[in-house]
Amino acid sequence: MAQLADNDIPAPEPPGHDALVQEIEAAQRGAAQRPGRPEAAPPAPPAPHDEEELQARFDAVIAADQKIEPRDWMPDAYRATLLRQLAQHANSEIVGMQPEANWISRAPTLKRKAILLAKVQDEAGHGLYLYAAAETLGVDRSQFLDDLDAGRQKYLSFINYPTLTWADTGALAWLTDGAAIVNQVPLCRSSYGPYARAMVRVCKEESFHHRQGFDALWALTHGTDAQRAMAQDAIDRWWYPALAMFGPPTRDSVHTEASMRWRIKRFTNDELRQRFVDICVPQAEALGVRLPDPDLRWNEERGHYDFTEPDYDELRRVIKGDGPAGRQRVAHRRRAHQAGAWVREASAAHAAKRRARAAADTAETGADIGVDIGVDTEESAA
Amino acid sequence: MTTAVHTAPDYLLRLGDDALVAAQRLCWWATRAPQLEEDVALANIALDLLGQARALLGHAGRVEGRGRDEDTLAFLRDDRAFTNVQLVELADTDFADAVTRLLFFGVYQDLLYRRLTASTDPVLAAIAVKSAKETAYHVDHAAAWTVRLGDGTEESHRRMRRATRDLWPYTHELFVSDEVFARAATDGTGVDPAGLRAPWRERITTVLTEATLPVPEDGWAPGGGRHGLHTEAFGPLVLEMQGLHRAHPGARW
Repeated sequence: MAQLADNDIPAPEPPGHDALVQEIEAAQRGAAQRPGRPEAAPPAPPAPHDEEELQARFDAVIAADQKIEPRDWMPDAYRATLLRQLAQHANSEIVGMQPEANWISRAPTLKRKAILLAKVQDEAGHGLYLYAAAETLGVDRSQFLDDLDAGRQKYLSFINYPTLTWADTGALAWLTDGAAIVNQVPLCRSSYGPYARAMVRVCKEESFHHRQGFDALWALTHGTDAQRAMAQDAIDRWWYPALAMFGPPTRDSVHTEASMRWRIKRFTNDELRQRFVDICVPQAEALGVRLPDPDLRWNEERGHYDFTEPDYDELRRVIKGDGPAGRQRVAHRRRAHQAGAWVREASAAHAAKRRARAAADTAETGADIGVDIGVDTEESAA
Repeated sequence: MTTAVHTAPDYLLRLGDDALVAAQRLCWWATRAPQLEEDVALANIALDLLGQARALLGHAGRVEGRGRDEDTLAFLRDDRAFTNVQLVELADTDFADAVTRLLFFGVYQDLLYRRLTASTDPVLAAIAVKSAKETAYHVDHAAAWTVRLGDGTEESHRRMRRATRDLWPYTHELFVSDEVFARAATDGTGVDPAGLRAPWRERITTVLTEATLPVPEDGWAPGGGRHGLHTEAFGPLVLEMQGLHRAHPGARW
């Protein structure tokens, strides 16, 4: 398929992109399962009386920076923390499809349409990986979806803002996927094996999306005046929602301490936010866009950029569902889920019919065999 | 030695427009599928169709030699210049319609691409080889859903019965021959779709029968899409698809 040249503007590699990709690959090597400890190993039934010993063994695995696997004993609070985080993450992927899907039908070229559609598809795929990781902890995904539709589950706050122009798809991919990678790359080294391995796959694809977002914005900032204005407007609106993705400041975060101790999480919200800002500034310069913070400047002493923190009161309101598109996102999810109920019921009914038919066939065959070799059949049934 | 054979651009446009408009409609399902696996599957099929459209429209533009590329053809033609069949442009908001259309259109495309792998136009033959692999999967997927829903619950059976009955009239247009198809068939670049009707009917009958669904009666046979006569649903689709591109004349993206 040649002939793309007319609409294809080769953008340079975003500065700093390489380092993140290398970090994912390093984590992938570390996330491999420990030899001799396959995920599907038969469960070693823990004797109920040696809880202390189990705890000690768990602590030793964490201290040695090794992986906890599904069959391993783990403290209830560790399991609960993981589930909370996995649920929020999976939900963010699923609800997060909406702001981008909003532009698939209107993408300005067929190539951009294909890229955007593939990105939304990847997000559905990420939701599936994460549900699979959560299912290793014994929770069914329908529980997550029910909670989500009932508004009991949270997801990343930026999703509750609307995508108003085409440039928003680029800004979302560059900024929010960029922030997601900074957040998630350390999770590739999470102490829970299935989570770490799911995150390696997710991060690889996210880094691809981030690159594509940069590319889409680059085309705009090197286009017409109207396109440049569209790009700047999108950056102006998405910068703070992206910064807010790292959550409340560490001083207010109720979960940070335990998550860090268990090595589910490895850096504080503030450390990650700073890292993101430091990565974005040179990329914004390369793109030729202005980040909407008059106090953003290099601090020689700290070796980091100083920046204005996001409005955390707004973050709290938006997480609770009061963002401009919050109600719409949940309502859309719920509508789609309800509209699909008859399909899921039919699937289940059809599968049951097939099982019944197969059982009937087996019974029939079994009966035939029974006539011939009755004794054997009875024995095997016993 | 053979000289390079080129398919007529108007033949290629028909195939490309079918794939493009089918993809555009299928994209609506992203975030709306009945389960997450289906979001992935439908997006996958839409991506295949979009890829086919890009290859076919790109080839049409090059053969035509008037400097039109895939985007010029997709975004700067008016509604009346599109030559897709009406079947692919109808709006669907019921999963039963989406499945039924995917089955009807998928089997047609599958039969067509398999024959086009022998096209005397090597570019079209190569597109057909790749596309036939994709449509084989589309048909499997649609057939599996048709059986599941046809032979599922009372409600799903009723919905599939309605969808197959509603979409059946629009399938006739897939097999209507005219001088463009006849020429392409004669020079070996293309296929006359009239010859696909019997095998199409056979495959569809097999699936519907397994799904405990009746094969709808023939009767009303709307058409005109091949000559730019579309349904009222088509205008808004084109407007939505082209609006942004047209609002920035000459811009690159």
